[in-house]
Amino acid sequence: MNDKPLLQVNNISVVYADVIQVLKGVSLAVKRHQIVSLLGSNGAGKTTSLKAISGLLKPENGKVTEGTILYNGDNIQNKAPEDITRKGIIQVLEGRQPFKYLTIEENLRVGTATRWGKPYREDLDMIYEYFPALVPRRKSMAGYCSGGELQMLVMGRALMAHPDLLLLDEPSLGLAPLVVKEIFKIIKQINEEQGTTIILVEQNANMALQIAHFGYVMENGKIVMEGESKELKENPDVKDFYLGMGTRGDTNSYRDVKAYKRRKRWL
Amino acid sequence: MEFFVQILINGLNIGFLYGLAAMGFVMIFKSSSVLNFAHGELLAFGAFFFLTLVSAAKLPLPVAFMGALALCFALGFVVERIFLRPLIGEPLIYVIMLTVGLASIFKGLMLLVWGGNLYMFPPILPAKLSITFAGITIPPVYLLSTSIGILFLIFFGLFFKYSSQGIYMRSVADNQSAALSLGVHVRRVFALSWAIAALVAGMSGIVLGIINGVNVHDLSSIGLKVFPVVILGGLDSIGGAILGGVIIGLLESFTGGYLSASLKDVVPYMALIVILIIRPYGLFGLVEIERV
Repeated sequence: MNDKPLLQVNNISVVYADVIQVLKGVSLAVKRHQIVSLLGSNGAGKTTSLKAISGLLKPENGKVTEGTILYNGDNIQNKAPEDITRKGIIQVLEGRQPFKYLTIEENLRVGTATRWGKPYREDLDMIYEYFPALVPRRKSMAGYCSGGELQMLVMGRALMAHPDLLLLDEPSLGLAPLVVKEIFKIIKQINEEQGTTIILVEQNANMALQIAHFGYVMENGKIVMEGESKELKENPDVKDFYLGMGTRGDTNSYRDVKAYKRRKRWL
Repeated sequence: MEFFVQILINGLNIGFLYGLAAMGFVMIFKSSSVLNFAHGELLAFGAFFFLTLVSAAKLPLPVAFMGALALCFALGFVVERIFLRPLIGEPLIYVIMLTVGLASIFKGLMLLVWGGNLYMFPPILPAKLSITFAGITIPPVYLLSTSIGILFLIFFGLFFKYSSQGIYMRSVADNQSAALSLGVHVRRVFALSWAIAALVAGMSGIVLGIINGVNVHDLSSIGLKVFPVVILGGLDSIGGAILGGVIIGLLESFTGGYLSASLKDVVPYMALIVILIIRPYGLFGLVEIERV
């Protein structure tokens, strides 16, 4: 049973506003208790993939037009976000999106929406343990907090929901290297201590591959490469484009490299 | 001196009523950022529901009162379900224009059912409840409206600050997609805020009806009076709505009493302009937080 993936995305295509195709046959498998990183350049379709899973495509006029998304064996594609979140999938949106006019603590309390009516004090204490930087700010309005504090806040807010699957969209965006290091340490800690399965979308491939068990690389709405993090780290193409350790000189895109393995996954 | 105090009491009372009417308006704005132009009509519906239950159905007062409030709550719910829900996710201006249309439809409907006459409630509160001291008389309905205003202020203040549902409602107003990502039931929040707003509006409609009588045009025009009140108090502050209401009420009643009755409707707007120059977000409004 446990070998079966928690989440299985089978060959999905996503179209926005009935005309703009963003994903063209994406397949992913995410095993329980793992961290899976989703890498790729801007516009590759990483965020759209996450939103297809969490149901947040719908309010943006997007739709999964082909393929299936199975979570714990249930078909969840094109379901409403409030139904998907109640199954235990919580997405942390890109660009940190706090409730600016709510205090830090009120922000965290919104995380209890899927478990409304249940006690939440202990969860608050747990969040403050993971993110002690939030404690002195608990009564301040979130709009006035720093980028690092906000990233901790939005992750903590998501954890309040006791997610089984956490979708993290670019947690390192615009943060100082030391803060990024701290955030990634906590992501790993959450995965190990809470057993939370995590899909990590990142531009910072180096950091992401350090903590992830498995990785996928996306380009132009397709998965072009996948493998254990260790393998990906050693792959010359990944080194070239995402880890900044290239030896080939002037290569800016995967299109410049013939060796790049382009393939489309079909089931 | 007696004249002054009488005007002060009148002003406070009418102010509390404006505040109460504005509270429902603020509630919709707080959860969905929608300016509801049909608010005056919701208020009038409350008064007419009560009138029908008391005069036509001859129900006992408390039953009629609760019944009218329940009808208002249901009306808010239905309005959200039929008219506003299809517009979730559309630009706000569409929704606001929809409320302008709703105002016309509601008014037409009320004229069709109840006509444009002025109706009076049967005497509701016994006159012996009025308080007289030093030659000044406070009619019981004034006491009623003030205490309802204070009770609602405390109740909704606490509701939005401390209850989980209140916090979810504020989160939806603040950032809808983030609220969705955390599983906040946005459609339920909108339905609830419209229902509560219609209930509060209906309540102020009933009290205004007791004081001035029930007429479609008079009551729905209070919907416009709500604008200076909420802009003054800050569009998103419940306490601000009450205080804005009291300020506008006092300004109106003192202008009417000491200057001229015809200036009564102008002075509040002049005060509004002055206050907005000094405090563009109103007295208690939240200042837009912009990260640069």
